[in-house]
Amino acid sequence: MIQLNANHLVYLLEAAKWTVLLSLIAFAGGALVGLPLALLRVSKIRLLRLLASGYIQLIQGTPLLILLFLSYFGLGIMGYKLVPIVAAGLSLTLYAAAFLGEIWRGCIEAVPKTQWEASDCLGLNRFQQYVYVVLPQSLRLAIPPTVGFMVQIVKNTSLASVIGFVELARAGQIVNNSTFEPFAIFTIVGAIYFVLCYPLSLAARALERKTNVGR
Amino acid sequence: MNYQFDFSFLAERWPDFVAGAWLTIQLTVVSIALGFLLGTVCAMGRAYGGPVLRRVVGFYVELIRNTPLLVQIFVVYFGLSSLGLKLSAETSAVIALAVNMGAYTTEIMRAGIVSIQRTQLEAADCLGLTRLQAIVHVVLLPAMERVYPALSSQFVLLMLASSITSQISAEELTATANNVQSDTYRSFEVYIVVAVVYLALSALYRAAFWAIGLGLFARKRRLGTSL
Repeated sequence: MIQLNANHLVYLLEAAKWTVLLSLIAFAGGALVGLPLALLRVSKIRLLRLLASGYIQLIQGTPLLILLFLSYFGLGIMGYKLVPIVAAGLSLTLYAAAFLGEIWRGCIEAVPKTQWEASDCLGLNRFQQYVYVVLPQSLRLAIPPTVGFMVQIVKNTSLASVIGFVELARAGQIVNNSTFEPFAIFTIVGAIYFVLCYPLSLAARALERKTNVGR
Repeated sequence: MNYQFDFSFLAERWPDFVAGAWLTIQLTVVSIALGFLLGTVCAMGRAYGGPVLRRVVGFYVELIRNTPLLVQIFVVYFGLSSLGLKLSAETSAVIALAVNMGAYTTEIMRAGIVSIQRTQLEAADCLGLTRLQAIVHVVLLPAMERVYPALSSQFVLLMLASSITSQISAEELTATANNVQSDTYRSFEVYIVVAVVYLALSALYRAAFWAIGLGLFARKRRLGTSL
C-alpha cells in the first residue's frame, strides 16, 4: 500500500482542471441552448411554448445520472460511441439548458409589461424589442441566479466520474484505490470542490444584494 | 439508423424495477423526513440562536451546499467505514441524503422564519400561547407555508439525486437499471424505461406534496390562496 503523498495532491489538482473545463463546457453549452429555450418559453406561439416546457419538464424530472448513462452507454450500444468527455459535455449541456432556460424565462417575464408597451409604441419589432429593451434589463436580473446555478454545474460534473471521465471525483477514487485512505482523500476532494464553489456562492449572494437595492 | 429497439427484457425483469423503485421511495421518504427535521431545527438555530450556534449552522450549510453529493456519499460510506464505523449502503445513503437535504432545508426554512414578523410573536404572547404553541402555530407552520413551493421542489430534486446512491451499491432504481443492462446489453432501452419511471415518481411526489400542503395549511384549503 502506498502512503498518501504530495504527488497524489498534484494528481488531484490536475484532475480539478478537468472539472473546471467540463464545467465551462457545460455552462457554455447550457447557455447556448438555454437562451433560445427561454425565448421559446415566452413565445407568442402556443406550440413552441409547449415544446419548450415539455423539454424542461422532461429534463427536470429525470436524474442527470440517467441522462449520462443514456448518452454514454445508450448511444454507445446504438452505434454512436461517444468518448466520455463528449458524452459528459452533452448530458451536462442538456441538463444545464433546462435549468438556465427556466431561470432566464423568469428574468424575461420580470421585465415590466409597460416596457413592452412602450417599445411597441416606438414602433420596434419583436426582435428589436428583445435586443434593445427587454434582454438588457433581464440580463441584470439574470446574473445572480445564473452565478448561483454555476455552483450546481460544478458539483454535478462529479457525476461524469461514473462514465470513466477522470475529473476530480474520479481521480479521488483512483487515488483511493492505491492508498486506501478514503476519509482523508474524499475530504481533500470535497475541500477542492469547496474552493471552486464557495467563491461562486459568495459572488451570487453579493450580486443578489446589489440587484435588490432600492426594492 | 437500423437499430432494433427491444424491450422484451421487461417481461422477465419488471419485478426488479418495481423493487428498485420501491427502495428509492423508501430511501428518499426517510431522508426527506429526517433532512426536513434537521433543517428546521438548524433554521431555528440560525434565526434565533446565539452567535456561536449561528456560525456552526452557517458552516454546515455552506460546507454541504458547496460540495457534490457524490463526494458526501463517499465520505459517509467509504470514509466512515475506514475509520471503523461500518454502515450498510442503504444506511449510508440515508445519512448522506438526509444531511444534504438538511442543509438546503435550513436555507429555505430560514427564509420563511425571518419573514415572520416579531409582532406576530408578541400577539401570540398576548393571546397566552405557550412558547411551544407559538413556535409551532405562529412561526413554523406559516413560515413553511410561505416557502412550501421551494421546499417541495427541493424534495423532488433530492428524490432524483438519490440515483447517485447507486454508486455505493444501494440497490435502488438506478442500480437495478445497471444490473439489468449488464445482463441484457439493452442499455438504451433500460435507461429509457428508468427515465420514465423517474418521471412518474417526480409526478407522484409533486402530487403527494401538494396533498400534504392542503392538509397542513388550512388557509390554502379553505380559500385556495397561499400566504
